[in-house]
Amino acid sequence: MAKLREIQDITICESTAEMLTKGRKEGVSTSFDRADEMKPCPIGAQQACCKHCFMGPCRLSAKAPYEKVGVCGANIDTFQARGFARAIAAGTAAHSDHGREMAELFLSVAKGENSDFEIKDEKKMMVFAGQMGIETEGKDNQQVGIELGEACLAQFGQQAGHVKGLELAPPKRFELWKEKGYLPRGVDREVVEMMHRTHMGVDQEYYNIMQGAIRCSLADGWGGSLISTELSDIMFGTPKPIAAEMDLGVFEKDQVNVIVHGHEPQLLDMMVRLADDKKLLAKAKAAGAAGINLVGMCCSGNEMLIRNGIPHAGNFMQCDTAIITGAVDVMMVDVQCIMASLAELSKCYHTKFVTTNYRCHIDGAEHVEFHGEHDARAAGIELMEIGINNFKNRGDKVQIPSTKTKMIGGFSHETINYMLGGSFRGSYTPLNENIINGRIRGVAGVVGCTNPRVKHDWVHVELVKELLKNDVLVVQTGCSAISLAKAGFMDPAIAKKYCGPGLAEVCETVGMPPVLHSGSCVDNSRILIALSEMVKTGGLGDDISDLPVAGAAPEYMSEKAISIGQYFVSSGVYTVFGVTFPVTEGTKFADYLFGGMEEDLGATWAFEPDPYKMAKMMIDHINKKREALGIMEKKERVLFDMEARRQLEL
Amino acid sequence: MSKIILSGAIRGGHEVYARVEGKVNDAIAKFGADKEVKFPNTGYYLPVIYGILGMKVETLGDMLPVLARCKELLPPLVKDNLWVPYLGHGLDAGMQTLFCFDMEEALKYLEDPIPYCLGEDPTEDNLWMGAADDVIMRKRGVEFVDGSAPGFAAVVGAAPDSKTAASIAKELQEKGIYVFIAGNDNGTSFSEQLAEEDVQVGWPTRLVPFGRDTSAAIHAVGFATRAAMAFGGVEPGDFAGILKYNQYRVFAFVVALGKVTDEWYAAAAGVINYGFPTIADSDIPEVLPTGVCTYEHVVSNIAHDQIVAKAIEVRGLKIQITKIDIPVSHSPAFEGERISRDQMHVELAGPKAEGFEFCRTLELDEVEDGKFEVVGPDLSDMEEGKVYPLAIWVEVAGRNMQPDFEPILERQIHHLLNGAEGVLHIGQRDILWMRISKKSFGAGFSLKHFGTVLHAKFHNEFGKIVDKVQVTMYTDPAKVTELMEKARATYKEREERLGSMTDENIDTYYSCTLCQSFAPDHVCVITPERPGLCGAYNWLDGKAAYEITPTGPNQPIEKGEVLDETLGKWTGVNQFVYTNSHEAVPEFSAYSLMVDPMTSCGCFEAITVLMPMANAVMVVDRDFAGMTPCGMPFSTLAGSCGGGAQTPGFVGISKFYIGSKKFISAEGGILRVAWLPKGLKEAMKEVIETRGAEMGCPDLYEKIATEEDGVTEEEVMEFMQKVGHPALEMDSMF
Repeated sequence: MAKLREIQDITICESTAEMLTKGRKEGVSTSFDRADEMKPCPIGAQQACCKHCFMGPCRLSAKAPYEKVGVCGANIDTFQARGFARAIAAGTAAHSDHGREMAELFLSVAKGENSDFEIKDEKKMMVFAGQMGIETEGKDNQQVGIELGEACLAQFGQQAGHVKGLELAPPKRFELWKEKGYLPRGVDREVVEMMHRTHMGVDQEYYNIMQGAIRCSLADGWGGSLISTELSDIMFGTPKPIAAEMDLGVFEKDQVNVIVHGHEPQLLDMMVRLADDKKLLAKAKAAGAAGINLVGMCCSGNEMLIRNGIPHAGNFMQCDTAIITGAVDVMMVDVQCIMASLAELSKCYHTKFVTTNYRCHIDGAEHVEFHGEHDARAAGIELMEIGINNFKNRGDKVQIPSTKTKMIGGFSHETINYMLGGSFRGSYTPLNENIINGRIRGVAGVVGCTNPRVKHDWVHVELVKELLKNDVLVVQTGCSAISLAKAGFMDPAIAKKYCGPGLAEVCETVGMPPVLHSGSCVDNSRILIALSEMVKTGGLGDDISDLPVAGAAPEYMSEKAISIGQYFVSSGVYTVFGVTFPVTEGTKFADYLFGGMEEDLGATWAFEPDPYKMAKMMIDHINKKREALGIMEKKERVLFDMEARRQLEL
Repeated sequence: MSKIILSGAIRGGHEVYARVEGKVNDAIAKFGADKEVKFPNTGYYLPVIYGILGMKVETLGDMLPVLARCKELLPPLVKDNLWVPYLGHGLDAGMQTLFCFDMEEALKYLEDPIPYCLGEDPTEDNLWMGAADDVIMRKRGVEFVDGSAPGFAAVVGAAPDSKTAASIAKELQEKGIYVFIAGNDNGTSFSEQLAEEDVQVGWPTRLVPFGRDTSAAIHAVGFATRAAMAFGGVEPGDFAGILKYNQYRVFAFVVALGKVTDEWYAAAAGVINYGFPTIADSDIPEVLPTGVCTYEHVVSNIAHDQIVAKAIEVRGLKIQITKIDIPVSHSPAFEGERISRDQMHVELAGPKAEGFEFCRTLELDEVEDGKFEVVGPDLSDMEEGKVYPLAIWVEVAGRNMQPDFEPILERQIHHLLNGAEGVLHIGQRDILWMRISKKSFGAGFSLKHFGTVLHAKFHNEFGKIVDKVQVTMYTDPAKVTELMEKARATYKEREERLGSMTDENIDTYYSCTLCQSFAPDHVCVITPERPGLCGAYNWLDGKAAYEITPTGPNQPIEKGEVLDETLGKWTGVNQFVYTNSHEAVPEFSAYSLMVDPMTSCGCFEAITVLMPMANAVMVVDRDFAGMTPCGMPFSTLAGSCGGGAQTPGFVGISKFYIGSKKFISAEGGILRVAWLPKGLKEAMKEVIETRGAEMGCPDLYEKIATEEDGVTEEEVMEFMQKVGHPALEMDSMF
């Protein structure tokens, strides 16, 4: 058996370390340990195997990639492209199936058939309806809502035309997509076509496969994900800056600790209301608890944290350790990033582990089905009661870490707009201006998962530290955001400690932390909108690929991350991934991702596991873009005389 | 530290809100919700609230929904730890503070007596002037438009001593910047400090004491907000348009002197929304990153002798000043100075002595550049308090000089000499009247310095046409009498020449887009028979201005083919107007009120308005504040036809145009005029009689009604019937 890493080499997160120590003492297996015990398949890691048909599986040598071909004759580039494209299709499917769920739920609410949920942001609904091409003039809100819900739903099954959300991109980018044939026709169609093209004996030229994959990825970012984010804001509230607490220390010893883990926010939104329900509270009291402590985890937790300030227990790699606290009375999960091991692990403690979604059952878990569209409240009560009833079963294994960090989150596109100028002068101008004048060097999106193959949270935190030191503003989503929140980087007071002087000054002026929590992984669409707004605001070129920005997923692990990465590259953002990269170096395919894509998209992928080198690559890229924009040099102050004022075109 | 400032602004916002809410409720309890409340003579209600929110406050009750909006805008106080972003919150708190100030100041007009003096000057026992009415706003607005006032400084608080206050005020005046004064620092106010130093305050000297409370600073914001609506054509409620207009076109800034209170922070945050930065003399935190204002937002700890220069730099303003070598200051801000008999060293020309001023062209070798001579006694030879004759005899030469430009240069003498501190200049040509103050004489001012001023300014502003300037000041009575005859002969020749120029016999007109810094879509077309609507530019001015600055705002317009002789439509003019109005105005008639009338920037001297039932027109000038027969006072009327909008039935004009043969000639000309304010009618008496006679109605003057005859269209019609007004017999106007 492989030697397990020392705890201090596994994570920089104190609470996680404390619980891993406890877990090892108690003899339970965690994903960190299993990662040590199971090395990644070296052939798979380099995408040098193919199991798309049953003549194989075939494997090629990463050392001599062009020496052999598969049984069907497919070469290493075809192997890689098919694998990569399927990851993109899977990621797109995940985000989009989530988006479709939101659209169906929204439509049921808009139609007035579902009183368990409501429309919280009608103003945003009207704006989004306009963006989706719905005539709002002279229609009542309900009518607009129904048309919007139907229009969103139609985006998935649409067979021709293009996904509407892409029109929110800068016109130049949209034209590029159009010219290159990258406009996805409908979300589902692109996923289905990708699955078809990567089937045995269909598309076997890496470049052509990737052209389809680029189109598919855009259906995710500007289609499924965007619909999900926008409709979630409309139903659950558009995030505004809000204080919250983060990390395993959020559990309460004397309360029923209820964790909601997963991705679709409707389950947690229901729980937020039920946690205040008098009857349930009375039941909790009767069960000997002081109250109900509702806690989020992973991405639905992120969404409810930035909307409601609901405490958050931690990221993907803390799910095991949350259960190891022995304080979790129920962990209910929906979809995505739910490790099967949780069912077994929870049996070592008193925790009830309950799956709630018809698309996600796990061997060994209890199942209580929850549907947003019908009987949601009743299912919610049943789920909550499982936790309440289980409170009495807490054993002597309870150990709640003391670590919890205070943070400010809630940086939606709307918030950024407002916080930079208030109700009357809200705009991205101060952001752009301070990028142009060099106080802010650029903006980085640092996103993605956590992965047991690297030191947990460390790559995220070290990367962000380097970026901040170099005056790069950081926008975050997903589990990466949780890493930085735990490390204290979402407290606005830290700006002066970690940032370069320019960024620190801007943060102080606005009162914002230098690391902005924008939500869940599906909310990466917020970053697309923010980038488009930066272009529209002016002074930084006319395409996203002109902006001094870069993206990173330093500890990623899921196919969704690949899809996200691809839609950022497809939108013109240079994107660096850490941990590992599913390619064989020195192949045409790898060269295309890391270089040739520039010509098609104005951006490429990059791979670098070391956070410091990764930061340098991103900063170099930002500098290159600043150079091209002619904003490296400090500009002279322009003073206006009357002639200059007359010439002003506003 | 932005945090300290914005925390203060938000606290201040809460304080102001609570105070004003109380005052509004008290006023409603005392007067009732239906009590009318307004600033004097404005068409813009409480202008900041009207401009930004689009809400009309006409009664006390109307203040309640504004208060409700203010409450919505009030953010939570900034926490010591783990705060949420405060910039947007602070700006909102600031904006609601401005709305509250607007209401708080309006309530003062319900007091008896009103704590402010109305008009352009303070009175002996009241230094504070309160809101500027629309007449002042439009009149002064012209100076902002043409650049003679590059911006305004809102000064709050007080300098450490009155001498410093006077020197800051003077430095701002020298740069032509208006100084709007409000508030106090520990009971001392900047205005009172100026009064202590015998500095003349009031609109004429551009030192305007609005009020002793910080809330009075709202009158500066109200002025700026109205400018956006009046000149920029921005619709009320289009807050983004109003704020952007102010950021890019109204170059204003705040100078905060003394201890900055939370209320000041709140007001400063409010005006940051307008793009107006604050420059403070005290050691408060700074907000340097750019974004909402063009450059820094708050700059502090600036020494008093640096504060004006710093403010101008921070606001991004470029002001070119010709340094004139005279012992007193020189700036348009001193043009409004009065010199009373007690303050004067001597009086020159005027009603009690002969005098005139004259400019003529000589050959280049006949003029010695920079030669200034005094023939007769100079100031030091004159007896204090006495009156002496004066002739200002200016001779210029230049390769591009034309005799047509002589009157233009001559007309400059008035404002150029009047701009010298302690020099009063009234009238022109042979109705000249001057006084020199004791203070300026004491400072070493002599008549030769008239030459210095004219020489410097002619070279600076007219360098393209003037190469050499020499000036002789005659105070010798015999010489003055002798030269006066010569001058008068020339005046007469010039008038005849000007009178002979008609729109028909000239092929080139001139544009004036001087106002496009303020009214971006407006284009004036100046023809020989129709001067600019502001009254400041005639055809010759346009021609000279083009010679002087070929790429400037006055461009020649080849009138092209005649499209309609009666309406005054030409192909070249239409093309020019279409292009230069940024395609907002496709066509334009020079002589019609009803068909495609000319647009207005908002600086018009008067407005001609259709009276549909009477089949006639009325003309009202901006000095008349009362009601007019069209149902609107000038202020409201002006609101409906400024900002580059083309509105048939309404046209902004210069007063001079009323006497032109082309005055609404498409609709029958001056015979259509059935109503004028009495003041305007009397001023135009000669013109009305002459033009009336020419058009076959020698008693037209008697047939025009004034406010004394009626201020409704019905009353005017009755009057017309009684006197048999010619318009009754004319064709229908539409």
